[in-house]
Amino acid sequence: MSTTTHDSGSNYLNHSKGIMSWLGTLDHKRIGLMYLWTVLVFFFIGGVAALLVRYELIAPGQTIMSADAYNKAFTYHGTIMVFMVIIPLIPAALGNFFLPLQLGAKDVAFPRLNLASYYVFISGAALAVTTLFLNGVDTGWTFYTPYSIRTGTSATWVLMGAFVMGFSSIFTGINFIVTIHKLRAPGLTWNRLPLFCWALYATSIIQVLATPVIALTVFLLTLERAFGIGIFDPKLGGDPVLFQHFFWFYSHPAVYIMIIPGMGIINEIIPVFSRKTVFGYTAMAVAIFGIALVAFVVWGHHMFVSNQSDLANFLFSLITMFVAVPTGVKVFSWVATMYKGSIHFDTPMLYAFAFLFVFTIGGLTGVFLATIASDVHLTHTYFVVAHFHYVMVGGTLMAFLGGMHYWWPKMFGRMYNETLAKWTCLLIFLGFNVTFFPQFILGSRGMPRRYYDYLPEFTELNRMSTHGSWMIGAGFMIVAIYMIYAIYKGKVANSNPWRASTLEWQTPSPPPHDNFAVTPVVTSGPYEYHD
Amino acid sequence: MSNVRHHAHHFDSAQAEFEASKQGLWVFLVNEVLFFSGLFVAYAIYRVGNPDLLKECHHFLNWKLGATNTAVLIGSSLTMALGVTYAQKGEQKKSANMILLTILCAFGFLVIKYIEYSHKFHDGLLPGALFHNHELTHPKAPQFFSIYFVLTGLHGIHVVGGIVVLFWIWIRTLKKEFTPEYFTPVECVGLYWHFVDLVWIYLFPLLYLAS
Repeated sequence: MSTTTHDSGSNYLNHSKGIMSWLGTLDHKRIGLMYLWTVLVFFFIGGVAALLVRYELIAPGQTIMSADAYNKAFTYHGTIMVFMVIIPLIPAALGNFFLPLQLGAKDVAFPRLNLASYYVFISGAALAVTTLFLNGVDTGWTFYTPYSIRTGTSATWVLMGAFVMGFSSIFTGINFIVTIHKLRAPGLTWNRLPLFCWALYATSIIQVLATPVIALTVFLLTLERAFGIGIFDPKLGGDPVLFQHFFWFYSHPAVYIMIIPGMGIINEIIPVFSRKTVFGYTAMAVAIFGIALVAFVVWGHHMFVSNQSDLANFLFSLITMFVAVPTGVKVFSWVATMYKGSIHFDTPMLYAFAFLFVFTIGGLTGVFLATIASDVHLTHTYFVVAHFHYVMVGGTLMAFLGGMHYWWPKMFGRMYNETLAKWTCLLIFLGFNVTFFPQFILGSRGMPRRYYDYLPEFTELNRMSTHGSWMIGAGFMIVAIYMIYAIYKGKVANSNPWRASTLEWQTPSPPPHDNFAVTPVVTSGPYEYHD
Repeated sequence: MSNVRHHAHHFDSAQAEFEASKQGLWVFLVNEVLFFSGLFVAYAIYRVGNPDLLKECHHFLNWKLGATNTAVLIGSSLTMALGVTYAQKGEQKKSANMILLTILCAFGFLVIKYIEYSHKFHDGLLPGALFHNHELTHPKAPQFFSIYFVLTGLHGIHVVGGIVVLFWIWIRTLKKEFTPEYFTPVECVGLYWHFVDLVWIYLFPLLYLAS
């Protein structure tokens, strides 16, 4: 086949011009970027909804919106952040961009399927967001029956949106699995695969195995709403708890769709900035699959207070505790990687530290919730809200920000303002803890989640939490500004500013259209640092 | 070098591309199994919770039509397998005929299914709230027919999807686009069609024969 030769100035950004060259592109890097911008727009919308919810809760009683508007606002926040932000954020945006680069491949296995997944995502997201915006849905993101069967008409459209977006997730999963199997560069054996690729592999497996179940579930719920098929509706003799089982069979593994790619990014960052080979490579890879495997058999811990049997409760509680084992392996291996390393405090590494701190708190509070006796008290309180925000926001978003700072020079060939980035990292980290730590205390004192109003004794901690949300909001705005500024005016970055050894750094920044002028040949593991 | 045309730039060889496509399709089929699994779980739960449910309800399904449809689909699996084999050997004429037979079987299946559905509609054997048959008094009968219609309906949608892709490879075979070196789409559509048949092989005894 003909090989196109590149002069030094040709890269994937200027390879072809015009809006159509983006909308019809089959280049995984461009598709990754389109995903990135789209997801970040949704992140902004979902973030505004979060700030509104927090602002409403700054004081007891009505502050800025009615109780009904509040229900819609938090549904808006939850649905957008889960389905349109955290699930596609790392795999579809950064994964799409960097998986083939890390494998030394020219593209993903099915480029057309990749582009299709983007448009499927956009269609589903547009359907869901417009409906949420025009009519509002008040079920929360979990759509529990029987309430979701009876509530206003617009829920059907949001469900259809989620159904459609599920296909995009499945397409990406299939694409990544085949890409990792079939398109590794010569010499890139399984035990030389970067851990980010392992993480994407595990994520893809969950996407392919779990997403069809939620697709079926929302399909059944739609039929329930349209025709009253009576499978979930207790009034017609159906079983509403069956919905919860179906829902969590997907949605618990989905939590790992959200966090595992984040762990993958941390796996990349820590060895590079510690200048040390990763500690326990095999254990790390096995742990990722351990988490993915256990993910499928713990869904019942969301349902300790449903009418689930005692035996089921006991087993789900026990298995949930097992999650702590592979997770612990990872946390300790990260720390051991840093041990006696030559640690560089660049921004990506700071986010990795933030991740470790916040994620560990999030993980450990998960043990409180896995314990049935304490969960019965905590389950519908702010403790749960704090717990999953520590994992999802603290874990996934910190990792995402770390990855964004780490790979930005590769994606755009420009450096951001390092000093500003470090201070903003501190601001976001502090803001995050100011927002969510008080919610642990609120929850343990019994403040219920999802409620519009609260007792006066909770005012102080709620106000603190709202102030924290402003810090996070400001932090993200600053990041957005200096990152976009960097694309146009940033200092030109060389091809490997962090002196990293994985393959994406062996090609110019930004990478050429075909990724590598010559297919690289791999002769050693991914993190061989000897300085 | 007829195979070069179909060898995308990011693969090393046509063989590598073929293997990747096939693996992708297998992963897709695993995903499909999980898609149907939710309904099988719902089926199992209602069956275990109501041991007499199936005993009463399956009399209201026409097992003769169901068995005919099973035979039609198994026959179509045979023609499909032959179609793929002929494509591999480069006998395009025969391959096209076999694919056409498969399409006809698929239509036959849908026609029989249509007859079955119209009987059910006529007798008021409908899902959930729409159920209004007076002979069948089991309290969970509406749920049984919900599961029946959703399972067979989703399977039917898969059959329709199968007809679309079969038609696509039939046209391409007639245009002589496939060779012994390149027949990936025929192979993949074949795999998908066997999966659709296999789902029915499970549906038939579980719904029509269980008691």
